[in-house]
Amino acid sequence: MVPLSAYVAVSAVLFATGLIGVLIRRNFIIVLMAVEIMLNAANINLVAFSYYLESMAGQIVALFVIAIAAGEAAVGLAIIIVVFRGRLSTNVDELNLLKW
Amino acid sequence: MVPFFFVYFSLVSIVAGVLTIAFRNPVHCGLALLTLLLHVAGLFVLLNAEFLFAVQIIVYAGAILVLYLFVLMLLNLKTEERYLHARYAVILFAAAGICGELLLLVLRSPFGGLKGDAPAEAVLKDGASYAIGIKMFSDYLLPFEIVGVFLLGAIIGAIVLAKTPTTVDIEQSDR
Amino acid sequence: MFELLVILIPVLPLAAVLLNGLLGSRYSHDIAHRLGWGSVGLSFLCAVGIFVETLRTGVAREVVAYRWIFGGDLTVNLAFLVDPLTCIMMLVVTGVGFLIHLYSVGYMHGEEGFTRFFTYMNLFMVSMLLLVMGSNYLVLFIGWEGVGLCSYLLIGYYYDRVSAAKAATKAFVVNRIGDAGFLLAIFLIFVNFKTLDYTQVFAQASQLSTGMATAIALCLLIGAVGKSAQIPLYTWLPDAMEGPTPVSALIHAATMVTAGVYMIVRNHVLYDMAPVALTTVAWVGGLTALFAATIGLVQTDIKRVLAYSTVSQLGYMFLACGIGAYTAAIFHLMTHAFFKALLFLSAGSVIHALSGEQDIRNMGGLRSKIPWTHALFLVGTLAIAGIFPLAGFWSKDEIMAHAFTHGQYVLYAMAAIGAFLTAFYMFRLTYLTFYGRSRLDHHVAEHVHESPAVMIGPLVVLAVLSVIGGFPGVPPESGWFHHFLHPVTVAAGGGEEHGAGFGLVATLMVVATAIALLGWGLAHYLYSVRTEAADNLAARAPGAYRTLLNKYYVDELYDFLFVEPAKRLGVVWDWFDRTVIDGIVLGVGRLTQSGSAGSTWIEKHAIYGLINVVGYANHLAARSWRRLQSGKVHHYAAIIVAGLFILVHLILVWWSGSSGIGVASR
Repeated sequence: MVPLSAYVAVSAVLFATGLIGVLIRRNFIIVLMAVEIMLNAANINLVAFSYYLESMAGQIVALFVIAIAAGEAAVGLAIIIVVFRGRLSTNVDELNLLKW
Repeated sequence: MVPFFFVYFSLVSIVAGVLTIAFRNPVHCGLALLTLLLHVAGLFVLLNAEFLFAVQIIVYAGAILVLYLFVLMLLNLKTEERYLHARYAVILFAAAGICGELLLLVLRSPFGGLKGDAPAEAVLKDGASYAIGIKMFSDYLLPFEIVGVFLLGAIIGAIVLAKTPTTVDIEQSDR
Repeated sequence: MFELLVILIPVLPLAAVLLNGLLGSRYSHDIAHRLGWGSVGLSFLCAVGIFVETLRTGVAREVVAYRWIFGGDLTVNLAFLVDPLTCIMMLVVTGVGFLIHLYSVGYMHGEEGFTRFFTYMNLFMVSMLLLVMGSNYLVLFIGWEGVGLCSYLLIGYYYDRVSAAKAATKAFVVNRIGDAGFLLAIFLIFVNFKTLDYTQVFAQASQLSTGMATAIALCLLIGAVGKSAQIPLYTWLPDAMEGPTPVSALIHAATMVTAGVYMIVRNHVLYDMAPVALTTVAWVGGLTALFAATIGLVQTDIKRVLAYSTVSQLGYMFLACGIGAYTAAIFHLMTHAFFKALLFLSAGSVIHALSGEQDIRNMGGLRSKIPWTHALFLVGTLAIAGIFPLAGFWSKDEIMAHAFTHGQYVLYAMAAIGAFLTAFYMFRLTYLTFYGRSRLDHHVAEHVHESPAVMIGPLVVLAVLSVIGGFPGVPPESGWFHHFLHPVTVAAGGGEEHGAGFGLVATLMVVATAIALLGWGLAHYLYSVRTEAADNLAARAPGAYRTLLNKYYVDELYDFLFVEPAKRLGVVWDWFDRTVIDGIVLGVGRLTQSGSAGSTWIEKHAIYGLINVVGYANHLAARSWRRLQSGKVHHYAAIIVAGLFILVHLILVWWSGSSGIGVASR
């Protein structure tokens, strides 16, 4: 029997990986991929707790998370395309219009 | 058997996750992410969540990842020389430190709570899809509908953002 | 096998619709029309098979093609009910439809949109078959709307003609009124029975209160009145003659307009519980039969005379329903389909021969030029006039006899007068068209020609049917036809009974024949012997003549009562929008404008100073903070992570155990 804490640990490691990816990568697309890793980590957590606490709510929320991820990917990639069209770059560091 | 699979799935997931953020070529990153998604789907099976397993493969690995790869191909990015942040070492250390502490904190805390109404035997009797379906269309109907609206908004937003700019748009952006 | 045949009946024309509609432009007209009549012909063969099977077993069967809606209280299947009534309707629809499709090949030859015509016609067949075969109200309603749509499309077939487009719109709008009633009836049925299946509804019908039954029956009647062109919604049918003649024959004579009659007979269980509704049906039918016949007396367009005759004959069917003679109504529906299709198609043949001329004042003397058409039209006229022993005689006589033997003497008198008028105007039409001196335009006269065999052939079949079509219903009230329909039309409690003695029946038959012959004689006298007498008559009573010619000014009355007020309401609202609402909007705008002019002054002098001071102070304060706003996404992400870390620390380290937020202890 795999203990719940094992799942939580895997989830935490994956989450950290995603977080680091968001912080260190310069390519916006990879940043979005790192966000997907974080969402997956959250999903593992949700499903694990759903199993151990014997409630379907966790799985349903995980399902919602996947839906949100789909929306986020669509909109995020659309933004990337727009930005790329204007600047021919997907480098996050060059996107500093928020300064003003 | 289950512990063995758990170790396999989780180890491959973590390795694939690290590779996703470490590869230089974005397409390689995408493929590593695909590996990660498939193995997380495997973890779902161990947790009696067949429906999520299917959704994970169909929606995540099938649709979302294809979207990523499609955009990568569309933009035809060359592999960059400097693909990491300027001060990535500092960030890496700081983040790793933070995360390590987080992990310790999390594992130290007691887990538990009120048990729900779906013990494993009950779920296995009709299958997870059935249990999810019943719950989804009764207690979680409103959130479900809201997610529908959200997806509609995302679709419209994506179309509006990514559509080829008209001449008017170009004139305005030139100004 | 049986179920496959049943499902094939509507599916075959549907396949032709899809092929012709989607790919029709890729292949020649020959293939298109072969698909058109071929599919309907195969449907007819299937229908014959079903009919033979039903005749053998004598049981009603339900065939579920598709589980359509199932959820909550409502379960609706795309299902077909095969019982004697459906069999008769299927045979009439596919049989007459097949003949008319064949005829159309010749009649529509060389027309623009030939493939479109056959696509619409086949779509109509599909809808009509759904209408008569459906086993619940929703399938009936799909068919009901489908035939309405096809009727609209086909009336407006020559869409570049303004009158056709207007007629199509009129038919559609008037039908909507009826459909609203029908929908209400369906809602009421669902609310009361929690089901829409015929069998279940009729099984539970006895639990219904009389008031509710009357309400449902009257709402259904509104639908039937709209579709079957009865008073007060009959005005669309004469205008519908703008469509091609095969359309008039198929849709506006033989099949679609009889849908209302079919529906009432199908729902006779509900009507039997609501005597008030039944009486209404009878009077609507009787009045329409008489009223339309009088208009038909003076019309000069060959197709319009037939259209009013259709309205009038439909009135007979309603009358039959209203006095409980459901079998007689279906019987008349069938014979009427035969002879009215024959009449319309022969009229089409006349129009075809005269290169499009429709005014009978410009005809005459055509007997020798187009002998086949003349003979066929004459058969149709004899049949509709009720001359012994043609089809129309048996069915019409049965309705009248039923009215008489059941003590409805007023209705009987109306029907009898109607029969007299029918005989008169039909023979008037025959005499003016085929006999006497030729009044043809000489350009037209040179080109008069008999129609091709592909048009005459179907007409001959219809003529034979018009002659022998009445024999299944002989002897009246106990013929083969009645025994076949007996399980459907006789309700569990009461219904039709056979009471009249032979003597009375025979007497009524003689009377009916005498009435028909009287009408014929009068027409012969006025339009063949002393041709000027008719004009004299018209001149002597100009008011009555003009009233009839203008169809009792009903169209004008409706225009005045409904259409004009609607338009005027539109004008009023337009004015309201322009003056009141726009005025308010503009007024608010002006107010804001003048208000802002005043405030501008204050702003410039007082507020700007204040703002500048605040702004300057802010600027000083922000100079030290601006480094935080680097604009770089990474920095923001890092700040978010830091915040998250602090929060988690708060929850896990400082609060755990004391307040229990976040993690509950086991």
